[in-house]
Amino acid sequence: MSVLLLADHDRGELAPATARLVAAAGGLGPVDLLVVADDPAPIAAAAATLAGVRKVLAVQGPTTAEALANTLERCAKGYQSVSASASSTGKDVIPRLAAKLDIMPVTDIVAIAGPNRFVRPIYAGNALETLTDPQPLHLLTFRASAFRPVAGGNAAPIESLDFSIASAAKLLAAHRTQTDTPDLATAQIVIGGGVSVGSAEGFQLIEKLGKTLGAAVGATRAAVDAGYAPNDWQIGQTGKIIAPDLYIAIGISGALQHLAGIQGARKIFAINTDPEAPLVKLADLALIGDLFEIVPQLIAELDRLSLASRTG
Amino acid sequence: MKILVAVKRVVDHNVRIRVRLDGSGVETTGVRMSMNPFCKHAVEAAVQLAESGQAREIVVVSIGPRPANDVILTALAMGAHRGILLETDAPLETLAIAKLLAKLVEEEHPDLVLLGKQAVDDDSNHVGQMLAALTDRPQATFASQIERVGAALEVTREVDYGRETLSLPLPAVVTADLRLNTPRNATLPMVMKARSKPLVVRSAADFGVDLAPRLQIENISPPPERVAGRSVASLAEFAAAIAAEVNEMEAL
Repeated sequence: MSVLLLADHDRGELAPATARLVAAAGGLGPVDLLVVADDPAPIAAAAATLAGVRKVLAVQGPTTAEALANTLERCAKGYQSVSASASSTGKDVIPRLAAKLDIMPVTDIVAIAGPNRFVRPIYAGNALETLTDPQPLHLLTFRASAFRPVAGGNAAPIESLDFSIASAAKLLAAHRTQTDTPDLATAQIVIGGGVSVGSAEGFQLIEKLGKTLGAAVGATRAAVDAGYAPNDWQIGQTGKIIAPDLYIAIGISGALQHLAGIQGARKIFAINTDPEAPLVKLADLALIGDLFEIVPQLIAELDRLSLASRTG
Repeated sequence: MKILVAVKRVVDHNVRIRVRLDGSGVETTGVRMSMNPFCKHAVEAAVQLAESGQAREIVVVSIGPRPANDVILTALAMGAHRGILLETDAPLETLAIAKLLAKLVEEEHPDLVLLGKQAVDDDSNHVGQMLAALTDRPQATFASQIERVGAALEVTREVDYGRETLSLPLPAVVTADLRLNTPRNATLPMVMKARSKPLVVRSAADFGVDLAPRLQIENISPPPERVAGRSVASLAEFAAAIAAEVNEMEAL
């Protein structure tokens, strides 16, 4: 079974998560990567280095959902699967393409259980659905965080395709969140702050810890509603779903809708004054105490440890 | 402008769900149900467009069993003008839902279809995109702002890198994200008034759409249990454990 995989990119660079998606799609068969961009050449060159990629298709064109769905449709012939990341792009495009092709898609896949058997979370990760897709063409999105990345070192051939793709929707402007912290949804380490952080100034402390660890920073709904943190930091059933290797929850008691967003975390550490808080009970490791005393000391201690490991 | 809003009845998002022991699904009998949170944002957006004089009629539709009338009533109480229930007791896949909605779009000719970006039960995030494809309309998913500019909409979308603004010619399909607005709570007089608004119940089977599922759900299981954690007494120990995790990640 051969797979056509749509590559995500941003600011002219291949999304780092692509290596994880190639690993996921590679579980089904040979993978051809499709790059659609204003200037696809440098992105395609990076894509060609990923181990397991058979070839890279490069198309110059717009990246609205309509345009991408039309491009994928034109390239889909001969493939048994058309796949993408469960990113904001993949989520936008794959269902649109699926309806055009009269296929029921399978999205947010976290495990491949067989050639056409997949596992996907439902109810924000509070249940897992195992299903078989008997359709002749599989339209899939994979959660990058659930798969280990492939290595580099490949030199797959690049084919440039030339066709014009129309889109009624036009991109007017892109507004980037001014941040140098990693994206919440794909970060390896996430620090979360709850309403006990107490203020926007308090969240600067959480951000400082985030910087120390190269982590993404998130917040509970209560903290967002209180105005301590921006809305796009919200982790939970109605916010972002995270799946980091390590989640450090600070001053978070563990409301249901927050817990729903962190099910995918491999390890959960908690700092809280209340040893009975649901999140403390759920955590792999907990430190009981006042976050305002602990966090500054923790930052100092982590700085010391990383210095020690570098010099040692 | 005429707006069609599609809403879904789901297990209330504050309820802790229970997975049935036989793997057949999530227990929904005797569980509090309510309108999917993202659908509430879609209804609120439609009502705000009507209040600012940019929409003249809001039609709200739900697809599901008879009790789904409750979420239509909620939308009517929030300010929608009339409701349609496409009644079915069968659990439908998103593709079938989108096909039913496309039939309704053919009948109602809305300039704008608003939906929630995803339902918090199956977490699919499909229907708006599928409906846009089936009706050959442009789409803007995950909307945090909607503005009418002449015969077009300018929609700001929440995307992984931040936000982006699209211009869409009408008719179009837009799905709502959380930042779009703060949905109003319907007051008692609004709920009473909603009961006198038109609400039509039609059978989903009457639309000539193949409703049979394509996928075979084998099993619904709870997520793997987390091993019981422990508390550490000292900050040094906690920091060392974090450092150990980070080192392990770097090793991979």
